[in-house]
Amino acid sequence: MIVTIIRKELSMLFISPLAWILLALIQLILTWVFLVRLDAFLEIQSQLMQIANPPGITEIIISPVFAMAAIILLMVTPLLSMRLLAEERRNHTLTLLISAPVSMTDIVIGKFLGLMVFFLVVITLIVALSISLRLGGALDFGLLLSNTLGLFLVTACFSALGLYISSLTAQPVIAAIGTLGVLLGLWMINLAASETDEWLHYISLLKHFEQFNQGLIDTSSIAYFILFMVTFLVLTIRRLDGERLHG
Amino acid sequence: MTDETAAITLSAQNLCRKYGHHTAVHDVNILLRRGEVLGLLGPNGAGKTTTMRMLTGNLAPSTGSIEICGIDLLDKPQEAKVHLGFLPEIPPLYHDMTVDEYLLLAARLHRINKQTIQTALDNVKQRCGLEVQGRYVIGTLSKGFQQRVGIAQAIIHSPDVIILDEPTVGLDPNQMREIRSLIRELGVSSSVILSTHILSEVESVCDRVQIMHKGSVVFDQTMAELQHQGTSLEAVFTQLTQ
Repeated sequence: MIVTIIRKELSMLFISPLAWILLALIQLILTWVFLVRLDAFLEIQSQLMQIANPPGITEIIISPVFAMAAIILLMVTPLLSMRLLAEERRNHTLTLLISAPVSMTDIVIGKFLGLMVFFLVVITLIVALSISLRLGGALDFGLLLSNTLGLFLVTACFSALGLYISSLTAQPVIAAIGTLGVLLGLWMINLAASETDEWLHYISLLKHFEQFNQGLIDTSSIAYFILFMVTFLVLTIRRLDGERLHG
Repeated sequence: MTDETAAITLSAQNLCRKYGHHTAVHDVNILLRRGEVLGLLGPNGAGKTTTMRMLTGNLAPSTGSIEICGIDLLDKPQEAKVHLGFLPEIPPLYHDMTVDEYLLLAARLHRINKQTIQTALDNVKQRCGLEVQGRYVIGTLSKGFQQRVGIAQAIIHSPDVIILDEPTVGLDPNQMREIRSLIRELGVSSSVILSTHILSEVESVCDRVQIMHKGSVVFDQTMAELQHQGTSLEAVFTQLTQ
């Protein structure tokens, strides 16, 4: 049943030009960043040769590309997640899913996974972009892996939050603005905190992503991401069930 | 006696639904047998839509129980919903999809297996007069055809209980006649609950009629009994709901 919902979400997504435009735009911006970093690397390459243990191409080119990708996906997620439930509610189509022999959990997880398949395509394209560097040198695959994993987990968090906020309203635009606001808030919340020993660092999504960006796969960060994701998925299911019970 | 119970497709006992302190539906009992078309009548705000939403699992009743083909809807919602087809007041259509894509989705959601899915699709399109419209985008169809797609979605899995909330609203007289004969046809093998404001529709289609007023059922008789007494439905309706 979940597969049916995933297929439906993906076909709805790719019927509209929005998904294609976003895919093209994301790729354009990231390729631009990639080329700028490549250019910078080629310029300082001769100086790097003189340092003992110099940073490699992965550190200089790929990490910044992934850092940029995280920010772009933060802004793109609300545009895609807003319609998931808010639009269904506005068009009265949620009745079709609820009257069918499908559980609320299936509906919510299916919608979430549908969006994640889209992001998987985006991330695969970024990885492909990175691997193209093998033409000119050796890659640090460990660093690439930790970046990919980090980006995947952080977009999963964005999507889960977006899905939850989409379940709160019947206005897709409100859902989008709400999601963007909350995500930006969670992204930068640690800016207000002092450098060390501040609890705000633990809830900042950016702080956790930075670890992966530098090549550190930290279990506490993975745990935080998974907890974040599960919390908002459960809240969404509860919200839809609550509507049936009290609405 | 066993035949009697086997024939019951839907039974709702003592249904109540409260919104805060306001009681929308109070102590409604509905019993439906196979091959029966039940007309649910009532003025606006009488609780017809709320009742239908409860019967289809879109809304949980405050108290009461619902059984569909002997399966408790509240305990085992997924098993029970396999036997249900529902057309809400506003058809749940995805306007960006084509008719075929949409009906295919409805078929998959209702667990029709892969081998029979194409037959079911062709069959339902033929029944609802949508043979030519398969590749059309739903958003571009007229209101009448959208309504037909809505009905097709509700009957594609040949459910035992079909619940239609005002299926003929916004249709022209010819389309109305077609839909009515379709409902009649559906009523042979399944049970149908039909809510409407058009009394002549009830007289031509339904076997039994229930009138709701202020959240309760105030009238429940078969059309045959009504005819036998020689009273018109309109007189009963006006008398009970004014």
